[in-house]
Amino acid sequence: MKKYYFDHVATNPLHPDVLEAMMPYFKEEFGNPLSIYEYGSKAKNAIEEAREKVAALINSKPAEIIFTANGAEANNFALRGIALAKQNEGKHIIVSRMEHHSILNSARFLEKSGFVVTYLPVDKKGFVSPDAVRKAITKETVLISVTHGSSEVGTIEPLKEIVKVAKEKKIIVHTDAVATTGNIPVDVKDLGVDLLSIAAHQFYGPKGAGALYVKQGMRIVPLIYGGIQESGRRAGTENVPAIVGMGKAAEMAKAELQMRMDYLKPLRDRIINTLTEEKNVFLTGDRENRLPGHVSFCVEFIEGEAMLLLLAAKGIFSASGSACSSKALKASPVLLAMGVPAGLAQGSIVFSLGMGNTSEDIDYLLKEFPAVISRLREISPFAQGWGDKDGGESCTVKK
Amino acid sequence: MYSEKVMDHFTNPRNVGDMEDADGVGIEGNPTCGDTMKISIKVVDNRIVDAKFKTFGCGSAIAVSSMVTEMVKGKTLEEALAISKEAVADALGGLPPQKMHCSNLGADALKKAIEDYKSRQKK
Ligand code: FES
Repeated sequence: MKKYYFDHVATNPLHPDVLEAMMPYFKEEFGNPLSIYEYGSKAKNAIEEAREKVAALINSKPAEIIFTANGAEANNFALRGIALAKQNEGKHIIVSRMEHHSILNSARFLEKSGFVVTYLPVDKKGFVSPDAVRKAITKETVLISVTHGSSEVGTIEPLKEIVKVAKEKKIIVHTDAVATTGNIPVDVKDLGVDLLSIAAHQFYGPKGAGALYVKQGMRIVPLIYGGIQESGRRAGTENVPAIVGMGKAAEMAKAELQMRMDYLKPLRDRIINTLTEEKNVFLTGDRENRLPGHVSFCVEFIEGEAMLLLLAAKGIFSASGSACSSKALKASPVLLAMGVPAGLAQGSIVFSLGMGNTSEDIDYLLKEFPAVISRLREISPFAQGWGDKDGGESCTVKK
Repeated sequence: MYSEKVMDHFTNPRNVGDMEDADGVGIEGNPTCGDTMKISIKVVDNRIVDAKFKTFGCGSAIAVSSMVTEMVKGKTLEEALAISKEAVADALGGLPPQKMHCSNLGADALKKAIEDYKSRQKK
């Protein structure tokens, strides 16, 4: 059976050119970048070249890029590293309710270590308001972390405005740009952020490579101590092939960014336009300020895991933020923060598109998905309505 | 993640529907994830002759409902009440540990349907 992969927020396939660029570093160029002989210098040069490419993608200086193992490490590093570096100036940090677990759980760790954390509310489209940021700031605030874009509902945050508010008080701003980097323009100077997290596998690079942008001159306490790799800020022998792959993927993303967005947006919009015509199917997140390949709905009266299974039986692979589909049996905190009622959140489904998807793939999805919906609604006791529970009209956007 | 039996009952659920002339109806909500199962039964001479279900829930909740309604047909009320969540899960070839509570839902909705039948008899 043909496979239709619509879960690019989970991960992307590796681009063949990226794999090709990586191959020599698995084989003949296996050296440790710290070694002083030829093998070492070749590996070292390869890393520095990758650093330049990643820096170019986000308009930073190469020296401002610290390679990490993934986006989660970059997020942990940013929160804990800045909190520890700044704890003598204050012990308050601000994060939003749109954040990834790697931010939220780092924040919780800091709470246990004596920091006070404010979790910013969001509106029903998932926007963090700059005003809420202003109100949350105290004399003790040392760090604000707000995601650039949500992988769950696709919403792109008004980060520039948030940074402006933070900078009035000279507070450091970090952003988790894992979902956006390589998919929409990300320019650290334009955004004005001090730290920014990236993951290579979100733009057709390999897993096992991420980076944290740290603005020049900013002090950050390392997560990992050891040797002098990454200027002493992230010890450990580098994952050379993955870093090389990340560099190649960044170079390609920079060159192809506009083309990729122009390709994905119409596919995305076709799905949104068609499926919001279905009864009781609600778009989650914003219609305009949205990741190019991102489609997310709450389908009323049915449950996400059941949808995923029936879709998978048709060769369609996607994601859900429903409680039943999560290992912990908890609904997506992002959906709940947006005010989606628990019953409706059960109907969460996310289709995230990538460059491998064709217009025919979308035809197939649009043919099969409504059939899945009606099949599950036939089984649902609520197909006629929720009774006294909250419905969808109140909280999500139809278009 | 699921056994073949679970997938079979999920993709081809038996006994889906409401029952206009039901003798007992049980609705059970799942405190863990908020899902809901509704079981309707038809009883003749203390025996369940027909059962139907409607379920808002995950794949295993749907499979459990389908299996429970199959298992109770032809059973006396006492036999039906003795059906445990483990028995349902076993009949499905096992459920992943985090999905065992979906099996509770089936046994509990059935119990409620039988209670509903009994209370209607008293009137
Ligand atoms: S009904 Fe929610 S996990 Fe099964």
